[in-house]
Amino acid sequence: MKDLADVALNTAKQKGAAYADIRIARTLNNFINTRERRVENVTSTETYGFGVRVLVDGAWGFAASNKVEREEVARVTDRAVSIAKANKAIQRNRISLVPVEKYPDATYTTAVERDPFTVPLTEKADYLLKVNAEALKVKGPGPMFVTSNMFFTKEEKYFASTEGSSIEQTLIRSWPNFIVTSVDPKTGRFEQRSSLGSPIGKGYEVVAQYDLISEVPRAAEQAIQKHTAKPVEPGRKDLVLHPTNLWLTIHESIGHPTELDRVLGLEANYAGTSFATREKLGKFQYGSKFVNIKGDKIQKDGLATCGWDDDGVKTMEWDIIKDGILVDYQTVRDNAAVIGHKYSHGASYGDSWGAVAFQRMPNVSLQPAQGSANISADDLIADIQDGVYIEGDGSYSIDQQRYNLQFGGQVFWEIKNGKKTGMLRDVAYQSRTPDFWNSCDGVGSREHYRLGGSYFDAKGEPTQINAVSHGCPPARFRRINIINTGRKI
Amino acid sequence: MSLLSSNEAEAILKKVLSFSKADELEATLQGGRAAYTRFGMNSASSSGDTENLSLAINAHFGQRSGIATTNTLDDQSLEKTVRAAEEIAHLRPEDPEQMPFLPKQQYETIAASFDEATYNADAETRARAVAATIDPARAKNLTAAGIFDHTGGFVARANTVGNFGYHRSTNTSYTTTVRSADELGKTGSGWATSISHRIADIDAKAVGARAIEKAELSREPVQIEPGNYTVILEPNAVGDLLAPMMNLFAARAADEGRSFLSKKGGGNRIGEKLYGDEINIYTDPNLAASPGAPFDAQGLPTRRIDFVRAGVVQNLNYARFWAKKMSKEPTPFPSNIVMDGGKTSIEDMIKTTERGILVTRFWYIRFVDAQTVLLTGLTRDGTFLIEQGRLKYAIKNFRFNETPVKMLNNIEAMSPVARIIGSERAGANLPILAPALRVRDFSFTSLSDAV
Repeated sequence: MKDLADVALNTAKQKGAAYADIRIARTLNNFINTRERRVENVTSTETYGFGVRVLVDGAWGFAASNKVEREEVARVTDRAVSIAKANKAIQRNRISLVPVEKYPDATYTTAVERDPFTVPLTEKADYLLKVNAEALKVKGPGPMFVTSNMFFTKEEKYFASTEGSSIEQTLIRSWPNFIVTSVDPKTGRFEQRSSLGSPIGKGYEVVAQYDLISEVPRAAEQAIQKHTAKPVEPGRKDLVLHPTNLWLTIHESIGHPTELDRVLGLEANYAGTSFATREKLGKFQYGSKFVNIKGDKIQKDGLATCGWDDDGVKTMEWDIIKDGILVDYQTVRDNAAVIGHKYSHGASYGDSWGAVAFQRMPNVSLQPAQGSANISADDLIADIQDGVYIEGDGSYSIDQQRYNLQFGGQVFWEIKNGKKTGMLRDVAYQSRTPDFWNSCDGVGSREHYRLGGSYFDAKGEPTQINAVSHGCPPARFRRINIINTGRKI
Repeated sequence: MSLLSSNEAEAILKKVLSFSKADELEATLQGGRAAYTRFGMNSASSSGDTENLSLAINAHFGQRSGIATTNTLDDQSLEKTVRAAEEIAHLRPEDPEQMPFLPKQQYETIAASFDEATYNADAETRARAVAATIDPARAKNLTAAGIFDHTGGFVARANTVGNFGYHRSTNTSYTTTVRSADELGKTGSGWATSISHRIADIDAKAVGARAIEKAELSREPVQIEPGNYTVILEPNAVGDLLAPMMNLFAARAADEGRSFLSKKGGGNRIGEKLYGDEINIYTDPNLAASPGAPFDAQGLPTRRIDFVRAGVVQNLNYARFWAKKMSKEPTPFPSNIVMDGGKTSIEDMIKTTERGILVTRFWYIRFVDAQTVLLTGLTRDGTFLIEQGRLKYAIKNFRFNETPVKMLNNIEAMSPVARIIGSERAGANLPILAPALRVRDFSFTSLSDAV
């Protein structure tokens, strides 16, 4: 691969590139989908190719091909240079890059106990059919349906750049999951409950750890219970959010607005810009003193965790919000230069060989409470007179500058006088991001910290996906607007 | 070259089929080119030009199947991928619902969906179009971001029971968001777009001018209270609400009680009047404005299907197994989604509106409750108060919680249809054609400070 990389980097330099890199990548996916007593679909996909990125006269060019051959590498590099030259006419802001160390012989592999791509298909299928069988044992008011799935990915990528780096990485991610649906023929209603475990940067061992076989009967019972749950009374209430719900709120209301490319306006046409503008850096009270947020691409089991980003920057951890104050952004080499930073935080990623690397979210996580006290969700609930406790992620929506958020969940519990009472239905919480995070008056401790995350965070045009984790303990928020989402049609 | 002719594609597929040891085998070969130029901060940001050629194999042994894909197409890799699909099929349990592959089908040729100029467009062409937005934006102290993209390619499918199909298509779009340089809270933002299968249809200068005009009109938005309003929704906003609802038109989910189209006590709601008299929704692969493919991913020949006619649900999507079980004709996956319009222009809708809100587009639309098709999302990039027949001023954006089922019962006027690009690029792959609508009693539930 080094030979092919040399073809690209030398061709680019000869044709006037000040910087060039090549990513040669193979991505493997393995999906198994089941419903009730049958395996619906088993698919293994593989895609292999390379992409060359060049910087010529302060303009980017990128081209890619699935033919990983010397002549094609030269042709595609030439095309990337031509694109950069064509873009010069509309390059009003000259691109420059902050410095990076060179890593001439680097490797990284996700630490897994068992590579999911070596696990026999029969073992995977048998497991999922057992999950379904457990769900179907639970009797509801009418038919029960269950789908269960396993989804594994492996990225093998080689990166080389004119900075002198040569980096090989293998990244593995896994996600077993299910959805149970209960139908009540008398009312004509259906209710669902999804598994609470997120995708994660682990191997097949996560199947045993998530233990869907134990979770699914409870999920089926909760789906049935939703039919007769009490519709929520709308109004201002206190909230406790379990990590399986809070991760998504962190993702949308802190993860995205602290991406520097959004702050600068580079995503204005699609995902949008950000309210967390540059003059706020170092002084804006984003949240209460309980809100400490770190960005990282090094966290154990994180979906975005890797050794080097797709700019060839060694991954790291840093503060984004410290004691409630916005102190930094997520950055990549070109954007960091725009705001005068000396180095990049390493948040560059391209989702395949054919997609240009650009700024993508690292793991962005809420830190647990300091000190030795063990603070659980129940401890946070104990101090609430009238509130709602939410587990699992559900509906999610937020505006293009990340102010107005509205989230649902999987299971909603009424809190009265410090205790969880009955199940609620038709619940969503709606708030304004700084109001929401400034209303946080308690977070759980390290023992209750858990990773949530998404395989499919979409951004950019053409849209690319990114896998990202968000760790957090349970947290409490005061006087949040709860809406009732029940409707009749 | 990644754009293979029918003969070239058939030769590769024949070779693939010759490697088969399965009871039945089907192979799908796709290839083509995707290129784009993005811009932000009035300057080029990133660009790409990617060629790919990929093969998917589906192998059947009795009631067992396995799917494997590759994009390395030397003989050794082709055979390896066939073996991989066969191995999956060998190892997995039987699926009693698996359907055999379709034998030889008659496919129409829909040549109009491919445009050479679109396929071959280059970076200079894209840069000239982008300059036609950036330059006037800069001259007015506005900031533009956007993308000009074009894709094209072929799909060919063949199986061991005699079927073969080949089709080529192209697609291109130009989209820009222009923002004013005002301080936070006073900023104006305007968005405009054009999408077609022919690059000659894209008038980048006009798109840019429309976004600039909306950005200037949107400055210093005024806060008004959320509530139920008469709204004029531009076609992009209408298409955005239509698409998620049409995703729920699956017969099986309805028959099993898992859909808003399920009938209380069992069965589905085909034949029920769920929408206003004027509502017709259908798919048609031969639509001149948006020609589709002659076959879908299962190999079924595409055809016009009416989903809603005069407000009555006419058809749902029947996958092959469910169609057989319910003694229905299977339905091909839609080629596009079309909602019929009317004759009232947006300008005429505004002139005859006493008090209402004009919505350019929506953003971040998600289901809140699939049971009632309750969706939430926000207005964006051009939201205006209408009073006494004219635009009065820009207003702050709103979040809505609304169901398109109710919306399609509350229509007061419809414009001719346009092809849309919705938020998150809805309609870019599966084309959506929708009219602008004036709708009474649309529910905005909270305010947003976002511009």
